[in-house]
Amino acid sequence: MEDMEQLVVCGGCNVKIGAGNLGRLLADLPRRQSPDLLVGYDSSDDAAVIQLRPDLALIQTVDFFPTMVTDPYLFGRIAATNALSDVYAMGGDVLAALNIVAFPEEKDFGILKEILRGGAETVQEAGALLSGGHSIHDRTVKYGLAVTGTVHPQAILRNDTCQLGDHLILTKPLGVSILTIGYSAGEISREGFEAAVKSMCTLNKYAMDIIRPYGVHSCTDVTGFGLCGHLHEMLHGAFSARVDARRLPYFEEAYAGVKNFILTAGGQRNRDYLQAQVAFGHDDFGLEEIVFDPQTSGGLLVAAGPEKVAALTQDLQRAGIPAADFGVITEKAEKEIYID
Amino acid sequence: MFTIDALGKACPLPVIETRKALKEHDAVTTVVDNKIATENLKKMADQLGYTYALTVDSPTHYTVIIAKTDAAPETTAAAAPAVPEATSEAYIVVINSPMMGVGDEKFSRNLLKTFIYTLTEQDVLPQRIIFYNGGVPLVTKTSESLEDLQKLAAAGVEIYACGACLNYYGLTDDVAVGEITNMFRIIEMMRTANRIVRP
Repeated sequence: MEDMEQLVVCGGCNVKIGAGNLGRLLADLPRRQSPDLLVGYDSSDDAAVIQLRPDLALIQTVDFFPTMVTDPYLFGRIAATNALSDVYAMGGDVLAALNIVAFPEEKDFGILKEILRGGAETVQEAGALLSGGHSIHDRTVKYGLAVTGTVHPQAILRNDTCQLGDHLILTKPLGVSILTIGYSAGEISREGFEAAVKSMCTLNKYAMDIIRPYGVHSCTDVTGFGLCGHLHEMLHGAFSARVDARRLPYFEEAYAGVKNFILTAGGQRNRDYLQAQVAFGHDDFGLEEIVFDPQTSGGLLVAAGPEKVAALTQDLQRAGIPAADFGVITEKAEKEIYID
Repeated sequence: MFTIDALGKACPLPVIETRKALKEHDAVTTVVDNKIATENLKKMADQLGYTYALTVDSPTHYTVIIAKTDAAPETTAAAAPAVPEATSEAYIVVINSPMMGVGDEKFSRNLLKTFIYTLTEQDVLPQRIIFYNGGVPLVTKTSESLEDLQKLAAAGVEIYACGACLNYYGLTDDVAVGEITNMFRIIEMMRTANRIVRP
């Protein structure tokens, strides 16, 4: 019975299609321009934003993936937390969510119920309405949400509007894929796994509620493309960044896991895509894997003016959010990201 | 060489299994079905300061050989000329009788002797030859095929004989070529083999 209620681990954001492939593919698709589409997919932002009124815009986003943990309830919570995050990353509030479910015909429906319970509790915690969904039979389990949110059009936090001299803040430690995948391979401790799960189940709502009044310049959430991938999008070819490795938040056990060669496919895909643009100041293989590690339900990556960064970081930490000011936006240099 | 079949396995498993095997072997062949896994294996080899060699057999079949640096020249030099490492051409030979086929005993014994001699003439040599039960006398000092087997061994073909079988027939002290092995290894070598050829 115990076994029946377990899921087979196969993914999380680690299965995300590589950014390079995706960009080439999307470039050729037909698109209709509209002044009301404030954020579309041409900017590779976290969510689409459509203006409804001068003081109101709609945020739309969808996110689902295969199981990355064996416990169905936790899978539901993590997938939902991850899907809701895109709305917070745009600076918005969540209004409603729809379930997206793929579930094998022959599998015990009790498992599905647990997944949905995890999702529903998370949506409830976010203060949003769970307003319906769509489910199909498929060979492997997948779950996620289509999420609708709102934001004031002047308060949208895009992912590519950082300014020279901005400091970079990250609100969750890196390394969750190394921990969850390493745990499935029997190479990471229960404690390490549980720390990752706790982080993945933490809504970015709490961080955004603190960040919003500060009026920061740019924000995104760190997910499948890893820290370097999402920072790359933030720099959008206009800037470079210097990262202080000593201040970068990451799970110690993930760093140790790399030394035991928990090397993930998603991490290598991210490395293939970006390593030409990343300069490492010293030889630290563990850190390299950490900055390319795909995050499931990762933290918010914020670019804030230097005058605000100390107070903002302190406010976040006081609220129990393991935020760190770890880098700075510089003028465009030969490489894009310098990790010192 | 020790071979890991990691086809169908997702990272980090091919890397972790290879890492574990390298604790007991000087060189390990890992077969994987995706390029990303070969890149992760290379990262590990680089970190450990081991040599890394990749053969792309097909877009879904890659053979990686990782060797400890001091062991590498010896291993690869011996194996390089004719023994393929788990590519599509790779095969092992299993010999479990002093005879080839069923027929007149003397004729059948000669047939097997010719078989082993002709093995030495193949364009592609077997990765290994495993002898058990009635096959084990062939690796002993009175074997008529001893010279051919020594030639194969010198060309990098691994030769193994079943230890329990040698013991039963009282031949343990007479082994003149190859290594003595056990049931566990024999099954492991047979189940991980690309193809098995039996005379």
